[in-house]
Amino acid sequence: MSHDPNIYDRYTPGARVNHWANAFIMIGLALSGLSLFHPGLFFLSGIFGGGQWTRIIHPWLGVAGIFTFLGLFIRFVRFNFWTRDDSRWMASVNHVLAGREDKVPESGKYNAGQKVVFWLLSILIVLLLTSGLALWDSMFGQYTTIDQKRLAAVVHAFAALALIMTVITHIYAAIWVRGTIRGMTRGSVTGGWAWRHHRKWFRQEVAHGAEHDAPKPPQQARPAA
Amino acid sequence: MREEVGVNTGVYENPHDLTPNMFTLMRFTEWENEETGNLEWLIRKDGCMHCDDPGCLKACPSPGAIVQYSNGIVDFIQENCIGCGYCVKGCPFNIPRISARDNKAYKCTLCSDRVAVGQAPACAKSCPTQAIYFGSKRDMREWAQHRIDDLKERGFANAGLYDPPGVGGTHVMYVLHHADRPELYAGLASNPRISPLVELWKGLLKPIGLIGIGLTALIGFFHYVTRGPNEVEPEDEAAAVREREKVTHT
Repeated sequence: MSHDPNIYDRYTPGARVNHWANAFIMIGLALSGLSLFHPGLFFLSGIFGGGQWTRIIHPWLGVAGIFTFLGLFIRFVRFNFWTRDDSRWMASVNHVLAGREDKVPESGKYNAGQKVVFWLLSILIVLLLTSGLALWDSMFGQYTTIDQKRLAAVVHAFAALALIMTVITHIYAAIWVRGTIRGMTRGSVTGGWAWRHHRKWFRQEVAHGAEHDAPKPPQQARPAA
Repeated sequence: MREEVGVNTGVYENPHDLTPNMFTLMRFTEWENEETGNLEWLIRKDGCMHCDDPGCLKACPSPGAIVQYSNGIVDFIQENCIGCGYCVKGCPFNIPRISARDNKAYKCTLCSDRVAVGQAPACAKSCPTQAIYFGSKRDMREWAQHRIDDLKERGFANAGLYDPPGVGGTHVMYVLHHADRPELYAGLASNPRISPLVELWKGLLKPIGLIGIGLTALIGFFHYVTRGPNEVEPEDEAAAVREREKVTHT
């Protein structure tokens, strides 16, 4: 995209659209869910057109969110498998929080903290989906007993609160680590950012770029006969 | 408002359950008393018990949709109801019903409108045998004691008042011949209380969850204030350029 060679592509337009669609849906889910969670936050239901509308919209937003998250999961799962380096990274996470990433193992496309966010979100969303279906009385009310619905309500509230905290951490990390947000808005990051925070990924990108940019080896120009 | 007449399935109950249109239902139990060999007909008027500690109110997210008056009546204000069904989960007696027509919860109001103008609820007013009495809780306890004494004289040694303490007592009380076994009466709860799951959901999780969210944001904020942003330094960019040149030129 850019001609500056020190700029590296991180997210395709499709990934960005997917991410932000998911983000907006999650914000809508959090606001509508919180309004149904605590009477003190019931005023938030006004955003959605009142209590009845909030009750109607929330589960449908959830359905939409499952699909957008599934898209992100499929896109990114292969970069999020846990490695031994991730455990070492986590063990010295205090260095990371102090901004001394030079003291921890180099990270690939995602560091261990991001992987934790990825898997936490995945697990919590599965919990939210299953418990949410049990709470969707107007659609599936007859399939569960009242005791199952009670359990579902606890699981749903617990998972939702944990999810909100995870997302706050995710947002804060993006704000704190400067140069990150452009990855998800413009799709690219600077070489310095990649070198500083995702050196292993940076090396892969550079090697990959070198392969592409290198003059074509003569054997590829071999005549077909 | 009247529930449609149902079909006879061989029991006296009709309709067969409480509905959004029917707030009170006579439940019939035929029970053979092994001690006396008598067949007893245990009839119970099922409907909202008007708990002093109402689980429906505890679970309700919509302010003003469920109210508890100082006279003890627990009332649903449909205007404010959003139809989430949390009251159904909160209720230890399985009373509220959500209408499929307007998605609002309904149950016995204890004729709060009649009581407000000094009249007895319609069920008490219309009961031909005065099996239903209405008055202040203290008066009703006294009245119940007469009935209990009477039942005991007639051989029901375990007669007693059903005013379960697990929900803080109720404002609808039963005189039972077998107060030691309330479950005989079409499964009346012997020790009703708000489900521990509902207590956890609407008790503990509410403050802990909101504090947790607030703390997460605050920890982030103070981390930023103390550590500052994690900026990419010019040396990082220089190192990145060097690294790329090293790779592409070899």
